[in-house]
Amino acid sequence: MQRIIRIITGITLLLGLTIALLASRTGSPAPKEHLSEYGFFSGNMADQTPVSGIMPYQLNTPLFSDYAEKLRFIQLPPDSVITYDSVNVMHFPVGATLIKTFYYPKDFRAPEKGRRLMETRLLTHTAEGWKALVYIWNDEQTEATLEVAGDRKPVQFIDHHGRTVSFDYIVPNLNQCKGCHNTNEVMTPIGPTARQMNGDFHYAGGTENQLQHWIKAGILSGLDDVAHAPRAPVWNDPTTGSLEARARTWLEINCAHCHKPDGPGKTSGLFLLASEKDPTKIGINKPPVAAGRGAADLQFDIVPGHPEKSILIYRMASTDPGIMMPELSRKLTHKEGVELVREWIRSMK
Amino acid sequence: MRICILLTLGAITICQTPIYAQQDIQKQLQRQLIMAEDGSVIELPAGRYQLSSTLSLEGKKKVLIKGAGMDKTILNFKGQSEGAEGLRVSNAQDIIIRDLTVQDTKGDGIKTMNVTGITFKQVKVEWTGTPAKENGAYGLYPVQCQQVLIDSCTAIGASDAGLYVGQSKDIVVRNCLAKNNVAGIEIENSLHAEVYDNEATENTGGILVFDLPDLVQKKGGYVKVFNNNIHHNNFPNFAPKGNTVAKVPAGTGVMILATNHVEVFNNKIHYNNSAGTAIISYFMTENPIKDSTYTPYPATVYIHDNDYIRDHVKFQGKGRIGLMFKFKLGFGKNVPHIFYDGILNKDWTDASGQYKPEYRICIADNKNASFANLDAGNKFKNVSRDAELYNCSNPVTTTTTVKSGD
Repeated sequence: MQRIIRIITGITLLLGLTIALLASRTGSPAPKEHLSEYGFFSGNMADQTPVSGIMPYQLNTPLFSDYAEKLRFIQLPPDSVITYDSVNVMHFPVGATLIKTFYYPKDFRAPEKGRRLMETRLLTHTAEGWKALVYIWNDEQTEATLEVAGDRKPVQFIDHHGRTVSFDYIVPNLNQCKGCHNTNEVMTPIGPTARQMNGDFHYAGGTENQLQHWIKAGILSGLDDVAHAPRAPVWNDPTTGSLEARARTWLEINCAHCHKPDGPGKTSGLFLLASEKDPTKIGINKPPVAAGRGAADLQFDIVPGHPEKSILIYRMASTDPGIMMPELSRKLTHKEGVELVREWIRSMK
Repeated sequence: MRICILLTLGAITICQTPIYAQQDIQKQLQRQLIMAEDGSVIELPAGRYQLSSTLSLEGKKKVLIKGAGMDKTILNFKGQSEGAEGLRVSNAQDIIIRDLTVQDTKGDGIKTMNVTGITFKQVKVEWTGTPAKENGAYGLYPVQCQQVLIDSCTAIGASDAGLYVGQSKDIVVRNCLAKNNVAGIEIENSLHAEVYDNEATENTGGILVFDLPDLVQKKGGYVKVFNNNIHHNNFPNFAPKGNTVAKVPAGTGVMILATNHVEVFNNKIHYNNSAGTAIISYFMTENPIKDSTYTPYPATVYIHDNDYIRDHVKFQGKGRIGLMFKFKLGFGKNVPHIFYDGILNKDWTDASGQYKPEYRICIADNKNASFANLDAGNKFKNVSRDAELYNCSNPVTTTTTVKSGD
């Protein structure tokens, strides 16, 4: 018992030191130790009801994170605007914070049975660039506390098929944040591109296109008419795009943050942006480079017509850390996503 | 400083309460790496650290990670549940990792990416037990780095390359031991490398110099391999088949694949019973080439003053290259010490049909060396064992700037 107390004391001491060092390192205001100190939410914080001025949003095709559901919000400094970009992540003003809470419904078939919040990640645009912070929710769901070194938490939920799923949920450490949020070694957001934001959201006042809503609210400049904005399909909704478009979008959001010419996966020469046109660069009949066990006994990333011979599928389906892709923050296989990409490869001539 | 004391407390605790402490020590080490100020020293006292996820260092300058010695400070990743390597360093400058051992990672041992100034000294990376394709791919794995020094390191059991430098510039690999890997030491798509005073033994292939297509850093070359002891590299290939090294025949001493400006000299190349030294084009991999900027031909290669011995046995390699030797070439037990596939780039030849002087493959002054040109581009019709055509010199100048790293 004494030993445990000593560990807890040690951790508490370290946390204080961590906050001080983080502040001195960045030159920006000290990060808060608790999520509640930011005042993002009103009432019971676990209800995730944003205060006025904080806007919820969602993406058409989100990154798979071990089946976690995500609540996304953006806080802008007063009287500032987001500048539209038709290709890349939109330009957020300095002072903007993207807020993302990861949670699991107890039963995916019956959301009313409640949920467990796991972590809330903040990505803040400071004068020195984007900074990431991770807050881990306590078991009582009353508070989330800053953690730089990551953690793991046992999780259990009932999935859409009524099966019980148990695994260790991984909270990333701050270096791992940069592992994905990285363009030319500069930390950047991944999700909020115009393509991904161009879709409906159920606001308190009714359903509306998110970009339209932002234009009306006067927080988005550079776009007059949503009809001019590109739109990413919803990966699992065939009415929103072709099989190829949906598979390429799924690959983009799950893989291209690394697998792009200016991302950490560039050493492989495999580029999975939906805009990539070169068949070899998207993996078609491309031999692996440094895949190691990830290549198994297979010769090419994608063999048209043959998902079972495609390294891409093999690595997406694996949960072995020496094989799987993405490398981080995944303990489960996104079966439906793998099936989508499988289907696309099978359809290739 | 307080962190170190707490770390030590954690280390003591780990011995007594392993289950709690494992996660605790992981977090404490990771926290140290995240909070490290530029210029700081992270000391890892002697002991066995049981770790479950990748430790990572990102965006730092002049950080020294120092153990108490190889085999004294042991970072063990057996049963690793997260991360594709043991230790990862990225986007950094002047990083030194020394005096420690990394064991049994699920993926690569130590990966460093986009680091200018990376030194590994007295670092061991090993996969314990029988070498198997389940082992991680690379032991030490600097990629897209500059000023790389790998000194007095050991790599054992990698299912791809033990000491691997990829898409990097300005490299020295010296005084190292590579054993029981598929490739002992590999320099791939890298420029200006010196590999010397190493021992590569009981690997599938001892030292490989490769240029592959479809990569970001397109062109390697200006590589010198000298004063190495490259012996008994006859270990059966255990790489997962999809990898390029899976095609390397067991019994390879030195292999130069599609790289230009390579000089191999003063090495002992003993008892590598398939190919003491092989100089081949990328066509020999039988992979398709779609990269229009890629040159699949080796050129400006100079193999000289090496000492060769091989057992009087048949070619040891299996796979398609093994079949080629068995059925097409008919060397029996008189396998040449040095072979060249003989496939020429027509753009580089003169009126006689041979390479112009600046592109020539030169093989001279080796001790006990027999030779064959396989004429592989012509269905092996005119295999020639006459080395006279290659009696020339084509020395390579490297411009490595790597200092001692201490």
